[in-house]
Amino acid sequence: MSNQNPTPAIRFENVHRHFGEVKAVDGVNLDVLDGEFFTFLGPSGSGKTTCLRMVAGFDRPTSGRIFLHGDDVSELPPYERDVNTVFQDYALFPHMTVLDNVAYGLTVRKAAREQRTRRAEEMLDLVRLPGLGKRKPSQLSGGQRQRVALARALILRPRVLLLDEPLGALDLKLRQEMQVELKALQEQVGITFIYVTHDQEEALTMSDRLAVFSHGRIEQVGSPAEIYESPATEFVAGFVGISNLVRGDVARGILGTDTTFSVRPEKIHILEPDAAVQGGMDSVRGRIEEVIYLGMYTRFEVALEGGGKLTVAQQNLETSSMDVHTARGREVRLVWEKSHSRKLGGQA
Amino acid sequence: MPSKPRDPQAERAPWPISLGALLAVLFINFPIFIIFLYAFTTDEQTFTFPLPGMTLKWFGVAWGREDLWAALGLSVRVAGIATLVALLLGTLAAAAVSRTKFFGREAISFMLLLPIALPGIVTGIALRSAFGLFDIPFSFWTIVIGHATFCVVIVYNNVVARFRRTSWSIVEASMDLGANGWETFKRIILPHIATALLAGGMLAFALSFDEVIVTTFTAGQESTLPIWIFSQLTRPRDRPVTNVVALFVVLIMAIPILLAYRISQRDGETQLSR
Repeated sequence: MSNQNPTPAIRFENVHRHFGEVKAVDGVNLDVLDGEFFTFLGPSGSGKTTCLRMVAGFDRPTSGRIFLHGDDVSELPPYERDVNTVFQDYALFPHMTVLDNVAYGLTVRKAAREQRTRRAEEMLDLVRLPGLGKRKPSQLSGGQRQRVALARALILRPRVLLLDEPLGALDLKLRQEMQVELKALQEQVGITFIYVTHDQEEALTMSDRLAVFSHGRIEQVGSPAEIYESPATEFVAGFVGISNLVRGDVARGILGTDTTFSVRPEKIHILEPDAAVQGGMDSVRGRIEEVIYLGMYTRFEVALEGGGKLTVAQQNLETSSMDVHTARGREVRLVWEKSHSRKLGGQA
Repeated sequence: MPSKPRDPQAERAPWPISLGALLAVLFINFPIFIIFLYAFTTDEQTFTFPLPGMTLKWFGVAWGREDLWAALGLSVRVAGIATLVALLLGTLAAAAVSRTKFFGREAISFMLLLPIALPGIVTGIALRSAFGLFDIPFSFWTIVIGHATFCVVIVYNNVVARFRRTSWSIVEASMDLGANGWETFKRIILPHIATALLAGGMLAFALSFDEVIVTTFTAGQESTLPIWIFSQLTRPRDRPVTNVVALFVVLIMAIPILLAYRISQRDGETQLSR
């Protein structure tokens, strides 16, 4: 992203949110740029949803401030903020038709009836639900409700759209479709999206940048590639992708220093145990304990000499499930480029 | 709305069950039928069967009775105002109990239900001694207060049931789209609980309208319709007049009860029972 807009769309300035003794958000600092698709990724209870709710105005920081396009909105009620939300449970108004749901923001603003109807129909076209305006939310499928919620949140042309795990209730196939569609829609309308999810794959697929949350703090902010290839902490390495951590004596045996590091499973090659190792490579001996055939690729669980375990993923270019299963129990040498050994700071 | 598909589990009931249901319905409703019948009798003192003759003269007599009209008017006003009080307090209480968490919430929700759980006579005695203690003279308003105690519960129960099934994110969604608190109440909450209020209100009205026990303890010289009917039974003259009144009360009360039943059937969530 080469967006050099000096004022971030959203700024968190040392934001805390405590519920009694529980520190749901514990000192978050963050800038989200204008027009970004930005994801808050983290397990449940990590503070990502609370952060989103504080941007929407449903919750107030215990301390710290939140800025929207440079204005301090920390104490503003939701109805005075130029952001709109797509809720996890869609939160459609059950007593209204789909059209009235979508037009609600304009109705509250006392827009003329023809304008409301015309804009609401445009929004329904945008989310590819033309002609369903007369129905009640109860007559729609989950995916359709999702789109109505999206249309309703977009009708006021907010500068920031907040999405709280919007695809969580959909089945896998539909979710993947909607991921692509949401991303395309964001590029089409060109507004900032803040997307909350616990699904790392979703976060990597859709985001321009993402923040990984844990225990009310942000562990790392970066593009999907940065987060995946260069995790900053053990937590990020474990939460995004397969956790492949080596620590203690085993790490010293490989790197020469006693530093915890991670290496992504697809970076590792499996060689014969006595194979020569070229310079610029890290290597370790081990024994294949488990072989999991996954169609497109195979996952090997390798017990390392001296303790610990690494997961290795290999594409099934010319092998079949028959071939790979004979590998179980075999002594091997694992080899990867030194640059793929990511030394980690911070304790998870 | 499309009609719901028939429940495939619902088969025809075997005949002994149908017969049992029919007998139960007859048993419950037979006395009401008798009352209707004797509204037309020519015998003014005793219930003889078969009827010695049929006449419509009691309808005319009932029409001309000033005390009857006074009692009816009082009952309608008491039930109307008690219902309004109940709609307001019941809704507020339901919102407080289901929306917020505060110390003693469970206790309050239990105490709200007490007036219905307790026998009416306990409520009546309690209210009478409370009025006596504070030197409040018996009046129209003491009856209203007495009736409001159980009417509030009816509305509260209905609205709480609705709130329990409500996702509060619709309130947040409304505020998110620019509506302030009052507008959110007007456009989202009120329409959402409207049928619960309607069903609860009509049921509360019906309960207040035929209430005898609490009324006996809280009324002064005035008599509501049920009390008037009761007093008529001890007098032998013009006995069929009370039957005429009963006939009309049943017919009129059937309307709100049927409506409340229809609404709660459609929503499948409002409680009609107390």
